[in-house]
Amino acid sequence: MSKITYREALNQAMAEEMGRDDNVFLMGEEVAEYNGAYKVSQGLLDKFGPRRVIDTPITELGFAGLGVGAAMTGLRPIIEFMTWNFAMLALDQIVNAAAKMKYMSGGQYSVPMVFRGAGGSAARVGAQHSQSLENWLVNVPGLKVVMPSNPADAKGLLKASIRDNDTVIFIENEINYGDVGEVPDSEYLIPLGKADVKLTGCDVTIVAHSRMTGFALAAAKELAKEGIEAEVVDPRTIRPLDENTIIQSVAKTNCAVVVEEGWRFAGIGAEISARIMERAFDDLDSPVIRVTGKDVPMPYAANLESLALPSVRDIVEAARTACGRA
Amino acid sequence: MSAKQKQDAGITHDGVFFAQEELHKMHDKMLFIRRFEEKAGQMYGLKKIGGFCHLCNGQEAVCVGLNHAARPDDNIMSSYRDHGHILARGTEPTAVMAELLGRSGGVVKGKGGSMHMFDASKHFAGGNGIVGEQVPIGLGFGFSNWYKDDGGVTICIMGDGGINQGAVYESFNMAALWKLPIVFMVENNQYAMGTSLDRASAETQLFKRGISFKIPGMKIDGMDVLEFKKKMDEAIEHTRSGQGPILVEAMTYRYRGHSMSDPATYRTRAEVDEWRTGRDPIARIQAQMIKADLATEESFKQKDRDIKKEVAAIAKSAESQPEPDEAELWTDIYTDPIAGAYPYPGKVG
Repeated sequence: MSKITYREALNQAMAEEMGRDDNVFLMGEEVAEYNGAYKVSQGLLDKFGPRRVIDTPITELGFAGLGVGAAMTGLRPIIEFMTWNFAMLALDQIVNAAAKMKYMSGGQYSVPMVFRGAGGSAARVGAQHSQSLENWLVNVPGLKVVMPSNPADAKGLLKASIRDNDTVIFIENEINYGDVGEVPDSEYLIPLGKADVKLTGCDVTIVAHSRMTGFALAAAKELAKEGIEAEVVDPRTIRPLDENTIIQSVAKTNCAVVVEEGWRFAGIGAEISARIMERAFDDLDSPVIRVTGKDVPMPYAANLESLALPSVRDIVEAARTACGRA
Repeated sequence: MSAKQKQDAGITHDGVFFAQEELHKMHDKMLFIRRFEEKAGQMYGLKKIGGFCHLCNGQEAVCVGLNHAARPDDNIMSSYRDHGHILARGTEPTAVMAELLGRSGGVVKGKGGSMHMFDASKHFAGGNGIVGEQVPIGLGFGFSNWYKDDGGVTICIMGDGGINQGAVYESFNMAALWKLPIVFMVENNQYAMGTSLDRASAETQLFKRGISFKIPGMKIDGMDVLEFKKKMDEAIEHTRSGQGPILVEAMTYRYRGHSMSDPATYRTRAEVDEWRTGRDPIARIQAQMIKADLATEESFKQKDRDIKKEVAAIAKSAESQPEPDEAELWTDIYTDPIAGAYPYPGKVG
């Protein structure tokens, strides 16, 4: 095992896959000569040259579509959005082209590509640069949506995403880029659609993805001091969702808290809560509780920003309520 | 005519010789597309074709001229007005008609319909329903030609409506910046649905739309298949030789409304007649071939009867096919059918 950052883990995943397969290329704004706006593509231009690491103009819809077309010919594009906020300009290509091409063409054209970049709340950048939009994308059949919470998952999941034969939406977390974690030294892949139980416990299930997984683990530590043993489940892939792992956990704990950074209305928590209700209703001793970002655009002021986001304390309180120890 | 004369028979158009075999092929394909579209219109009227149905009557020379210029391994993609293009590409017409009828033997298994015709074996990549959407996708196909250095080019077709989408200019910029082998082809049929060119475009000379990207433009008569083929050869050669993208404006006209529900009241009868009777591409090549002693009025009449019979048989055969198997609902979404689907077919949910 080596200790590396989330950013370095992503970089290694791309470097390894580009080394393995000439069909893989990386394209996006500032990915080449600038070495990436968040330095995720550091050194890749030097290693692979300008044919395979390509700076684009600021033109998200255009280069997203370029990726779709290239993927239809058998290439394996990695299209980087500097952040997912800017991907909204490219939604037609993601939703109407990438996700549906295989179906509309009766299986003749696949779109094996990765759209990746920073998502989630950032720090003090206001409403347009700080938001979680994964629920928009998980709604679309034809897309897979992956959101790693730590360096080891980031590397294994990105490698698997690049090799996947479908279109993968890979949402990294902007705040997590500098996080350090242990990553295996030998090559490994993490299959899409497999949740990971980050902490085992028997009193309450906490389902959390991306940066919120860390918050959930911090909450679990607090809860442990009170004798509440929380089980933290990180779905890692939101679509396909490994609901079996979640259901099994709820069968054991009989209650659940679902955490997400994004807005509450029709969010990921709403979906997971519904599935728990559908499949584990009889196991539940109490209603599922959702902890979400507030239903507001992200404010700039530090105090308001922190109010807008879920906190460790929110999760602790929800978990206490869920397991009847409030 | 002697055997030698017969072998040499043909038409020289603006310095380019077209042998009689090629002329007959072009004529027959144009006429076939015309009759196919008429049959499609008829089937729509009988409610056998559902949804949207955009016919290309009048635009046949563009479809056929393009395919006589492009190589079989060049990529072509179009908008939703795609029947003529996929037929000209050589796709089995029964599969195209079956698709219109939503049958299992449709070219995309009945999952796409009129707007979503694809044939990967012919390098025909749609059939794209969002106006202008195919242009960035075409950019990607051209990028792939460049990346793989495979000698192929990509011909990306849009309409005079589509060319006003922002995605087109994003694509022009990158194609020119990286000198990608792409022919951007605008089928200017004068109307974007019901909006005439001059009501929608500040610059109506569409071939000039690439100038600020340093993309050269060509305006071609799209009602003359020989002229169109000749100029498309030049355009394709330009881009295949490594000189980067080129923008071709095909001047054409659709005889029918935008779609089947459009009575086309935004244009005059006289205007339609002017194109239909004065510039019709099929009548034009027939006159040229008769003049060159390559056919007679009677032989064309016979050919027309044969084609009508063939199209009727195609429609009958397509109609006799079953609808897609219900299991097809769940296929072709992910490589592994249930990988991302919810609720999973056959499972709780």
